[in-house]
Amino acid sequence: MSVTTTNYYDRKGILGTLGRDGLLQIILIANTILMLAPIVIMVFSAFKTTPQIFQSPFGIPDFTQVQNFIKIWSETNFLRYLLNSFVVTGASMVLILTLGTMAAYAIGRYAFTGANFILMFFLAGLTLPLKLAIIPLFMLMRDLSILNNQLSLIFVYTAMGLPSTVFIMTGFIRTLPNELEDAARMDGASEARIMWSIMLPLVRPAMVIAGIQNIVPIWNDFFFPLVFIQNDSLKTLPQGLTTFMGEYTTDWGVLFSGLTLSAAPIIIIYIVLSRQFIAGMTSGAIK
Amino acid sequence: MPQFRMTGRGLWITALIVPPLCFVALFIVYPIISAFAYAFFDWQGLKRLDFVGLENFHTVLFVEPYRSWTLNAFKNNIIVFFALMVLQNGLGFILAYALWRELPGARFHRIAVFLPVVLSTIIVAYLFKLFYHPLFGLVNISLKSIGLSEWAQPWLGQSGTALWSIIAAQAWHMVGFPTLVFLAGMQRIPSEILDAVRMETESEWVKITKIVWPLVAPSATIVFTLLFVGAFNWFELPYIMGGLDGSPFGSTDVLGLYFYRTAFGNVSSGQQDFGLGSALAVLIFIFIAAIAAVITTRLRAREIQL
Repeated sequence: MSVTTTNYYDRKGILGTLGRDGLLQIILIANTILMLAPIVIMVFSAFKTTPQIFQSPFGIPDFTQVQNFIKIWSETNFLRYLLNSFVVTGASMVLILTLGTMAAYAIGRYAFTGANFILMFFLAGLTLPLKLAIIPLFMLMRDLSILNNQLSLIFVYTAMGLPSTVFIMTGFIRTLPNELEDAARMDGASEARIMWSIMLPLVRPAMVIAGIQNIVPIWNDFFFPLVFIQNDSLKTLPQGLTTFMGEYTTDWGVLFSGLTLSAAPIIIIYIVLSRQFIAGMTSGAIK
Repeated sequence: MPQFRMTGRGLWITALIVPPLCFVALFIVYPIISAFAYAFFDWQGLKRLDFVGLENFHTVLFVEPYRSWTLNAFKNNIIVFFALMVLQNGLGFILAYALWRELPGARFHRIAVFLPVVLSTIIVAYLFKLFYHPLFGLVNISLKSIGLSEWAQPWLGQSGTALWSIIAAQAWHMVGFPTLVFLAGMQRIPSEILDAVRMETESEWVKITKIVWPLVAPSATIVFTLLFVGAFNWFELPYIMGGLDGSPFGSTDVLGLYFYRTAFGNVSSGQQDFGLGSALAVLIFIFIAAIAAVITTRLRAREIQL
């Protein structure tokens, strides 16, 4: 290749790069505005009265004006729903991580007949859309007499979370070295002690990933409470939101502040832990 | 690793493995197997009556009005799937490509694009329902303010636009997911390959179509399969934004709504039919499983091992 042609390509390359990067940057900025605008408008509207929302939907509100929030706090069951969501999500997460680690530890750490079969059994649950089994689940909950009881949600979420947790944790536990374990065994430590004191501290990173992957869909779930829970005082946040949105249809200020309050916990945690959230929620889809 | 020798260790392993297995068996495997069994019986409310063979399947597929309801919902699911393929996965690929270049602010853009993904679908549904409001909604107000008053319309209130409006909300909600899965795929492309490409061609188009796209094939397989399963399970957004009947006039009815309505009844007619509902569930289930298997194997075949 002659010198002139190289120069020609170089020059064109730089200009091309600038043009292309500029275009890509414009796409990114436009998209980010599109992603954030609805959320920002939601938060702004939460501080406005309904007439203000209709008159200036894009205007910046007076943030000291919190009467919408006070209304929600004092007139609705919002706090109850929030608490219920915490209880259901918390209990499910404890069960998922405990049971998931137990199974993954047994499969990943001990060679026993049927280990692979059991892993396959768990993995089968990964791909099945459980929504379609809602009729038998409804009957099962009725037979266990936990319909209209948060245990029904906790049990279903635990079962749904186990496949992915076992999958992530088994893969991780298999990569841990044997030396520590063997040394402890030589010293006469029991299997339970080895697991608890030596191995468990090492699997925490995998637990975080598995935890985030499950906590978001559980916290946000609407379908199972819709079928299992009727009692208003037992409703979780997404389900309670439907009750609440039905009651205040014309008071837009209250509606927007209800949405803002419901979205706030997860948005705040996401902003603080965005790296872990992204890693956790896409971990099932990235090999 | 130690073999399965001592009884103590055997007991220990059993104690570890049995409780989680029970959960999965009782709350996933058993209900799914039962769903198949339920479909072959006649039901009255919560009571199981006679074995009716394939009659429930015959009813939902060939007897009016179920036949046209099934077809209408199925047609809408197909529209949803292909529309999201472009709006969610297609856009996701472009955004991933833009993020991959690590331009200034890439980190911020990455956080922003994924923010809607962590929100509850119910919040997204109500938010957009308010935005689409015919009189006070942001969409129409914006159109009017830029002089496009004739474009302002009751987005969710007419058959022609309702489904598309909900699809747009879904795309906003979830576009960050394929974006970051594709981005992870791109970041795994070895830099030697990229350097070699840079020597060979300067055409961005050639680079994307011949190098990047084939090399992110594993991400594409997963994203396409998940979108397919998700599109045919679609429930929350149309439930809130269109209502349980898929209004107006069934234009937003999808299989998820139709199945739920058939099984548990709706507000206007309290009748519920577990037999027909289960038959629908089994059909949807088999359809999803079969097509997802085809998609996965087809797409796997074009993946390149590095």
